[in-house]
Amino acid sequence: MVGAGLVVIGVGMGIGRIGGSAMEAIGRQPDAYGKIQTAMLIAAALVEGIGFAALFAV
Amino acid sequence: MPLVLNKIFLISALVATFFSAPKFVSAKETADSTKDLKSEIKEYISHHLEDAYDFSLYSYTNEKGEHIYISIPLPVILWDNGLQIFSSSKLHHGEEVARVGSNYYKLEHGKIYKTDVEGTITYDEAHHATNYAPLDLSITKGVVSMLFIALLMFWLFRSLAKTYSENNGVPAGVGRFFEPIVLYIRDDIARPNIGEKKYMKYMNFLLTVFFFVWFLNLLGLTPLGVNVTGNIAVTFGLALLTFLITNFTGTKDYWLHLFDPLGSSMKWYAKIPLYIILIPIEVLGIFIKPFSLLIRLYANMQAGHIVLMSLIGLMFIFKSWLGSPLSFGLAFAISLIELLVALLQAYIFTMLSALYFGFAAEEHEHH
Repeated sequence: MVGAGLVVIGVGMGIGRIGGSAMEAIGRQPDAYGKIQTAMLIAAALVEGIGFAALFAV
Repeated sequence: MPLVLNKIFLISALVATFFSAPKFVSAKETADSTKDLKSEIKEYISHHLEDAYDFSLYSYTNEKGEHIYISIPLPVILWDNGLQIFSSSKLHHGEEVARVGSNYYKLEHGKIYKTDVEGTITYDEAHHATNYAPLDLSITKGVVSMLFIALLMFWLFRSLAKTYSENNGVPAGVGRFFEPIVLYIRDDIARPNIGEKKYMKYMNFLLTVFFFVWFLNLLGLTPLGVNVTGNIAVTFGLALLTFLITNFTGTKDYWLHLFDPLGSSMKWYAKIPLYIILIPIEVLGIFIKPFSLLIRLYANMQAGHIVLMSLIGLMFIFKSWLGSPLSFGLAFAISLIELLVALLQAYIFTMLSALYFGFAAEEHEHH
């Protein structure tokens, strides 16, 4: 249970970082909005998958 | 406006068939007064997450303390030395034995087992039933939902296509809503990921899977209480299609990339120690990619339903002027997030499928 909580904290930090970096990237290059968003969603989905794996392992 | 009237009639007929004639399937179960609210809510949630043999509308306990279930029964189809078809109302939520011809069946923990007249079910040490379970091909709640969405999509997009030809290629009506979505999938998902040359080949699947998953996700948010995309068998089927299409449309370069990723950049004897590690990883990757697809969709929808149902359940646990409105507000907010997630998961499934098709369709310029 504690392990799952730790994983969720990690996943939260990971997705937060992905989102934050994507925002910065969009701020720097507004033209590349579409590409950055796609890459962000893929990375976020991969991190999220680990979180769900941990939750279902409990 | 005969066409609009027609549509209204059709929709109301559909709604009517779903709601107007709920059969009263009453099953007697003496309410266990010692069963506390928490475990009842827990049971309710886990019951909701599973597929069922009927569309349960609601249940209540009458003054005699009996549980009355009100639901629309669905056909049960079993293969047990020949086809056995009967209505799920015979199963009485597992509280009575269904007699079909000379066979007896009983519902136990969501599965149908063959039993004797009394309905005895034997268990092993791990509390798994040891009775014979016949091959189950029943039209369950999830199957009905999927058929409904399939028919809806067929009708919707057929009529959409018709309005295009009648209107000289200008969208009309609901087409104004769907055209940008279809164009988005074509121009922002398929084209950049698969490539200009081959993307048309995959558009059928991408569009179908996007709308199928999206509509099913949305159907899961209605009070009908279906949880189809949160069923691992369904997402497995969808991911299997992606897997098959990826590998059957794989070009020579795709397979070369799998089994000879370094190409001619190295001598063959130098590649051997690397390939002992590389090739198993690449081969595993073929299976891991669709596996992550199926787990992601399943886990997201399942988790969304659990959170939503738990918050609704909290209302009944708090039973106070402070806690219940708070959890109601939270449930409302989560519902809105789930609306977004329904779209996002359909998008990610389509997006990643397109990405994998892009790997399969790749053609390197050989230098």
